Amino acid sequence: MNESRLAQAFAPGSIAVQAVAADWREAVELAGNLLVQSGRTTTDYTGAMVAAIEELGPYIVIAPGVALAHARPSEAVLATGMSLVTLAKPVAFGNLANDPVSLVFALAAADQDSHIDLLQGFATLMSNPASVNLLLTSTSVETIRGLLAKPLQE
Amino acid sequence: MKIIAVCGMGIGTSVLLKMNAEKVLSQLGIEATVEATDVEMARASRDAQILLTTPDLVEKLQGLPAEVIAIEHFFDLEEITRKLSATLL
Repeated sequence: MNESRLAQAFAPGSIAVQAVAADWREAVELAGNLLVQSGRTTTDYTGAMVAAIEELGPYIVIAPGVALAHARPSEAVLATGMSLVTLAKPVAFGNLANDPVSLVFALAAADQDSHIDLLQGFATLMSNPASVNLLLTSTSVETIRGLLAKPLQE
Repeated sequence: MKIIAVCGMGIGTSVLLKMNAEKVLSQLGIEATVEATDVEMARASRDAQILLTTPDLVEKLQGLPAEVIAIEHFFDLEEITRKLSATLL
């Protein structure tokens, strides 16, 4: 099932709630640190995610309040996975339509297609406004884990 | 008909866009293949009728034969439906 694939993508220690970041760069670095701490990437990957935004702009802000930071598959990716930082105070990425951002996801893909299933689960999750609202307001990693494992029905 | 979903890396945001575009196209009853690629690959392509992307990347996709459609909210099927219909129907 896509949903459980999504839950598996978040290794233990890959979710932080109501974190504090001064700006978009710090927020992406926090999400990158969680990938490193949970064993999915090396610190180089965090730098690559920041560099991608500097080079290509804040296009990774894909819905109101939601960013999906990522870089290319590389040696810096140890295993496919995701992390999530929810921010106590939203930060601007410079994306006119969807700023400010409160949910910063980071995606690490080991290759071109090992993450497609989990992105499908991610799309299903994020298409449900009630789920997004729960992610935004939750102060509990366990609640978020529960949501990832078993998405709300529409 | 060929549509390319474009993002900076071709592995993240463009894949999400491709998934939702496919959903919308099948609801509209339009036969099309949707590929997800990065900007470079999209620029090299000559056989796509439509490039779907984010407002930030529109500028990088100018000067191609394909029509460029910018999607702001990737999970909003209504927005994708509205913008694809305007071009295709």
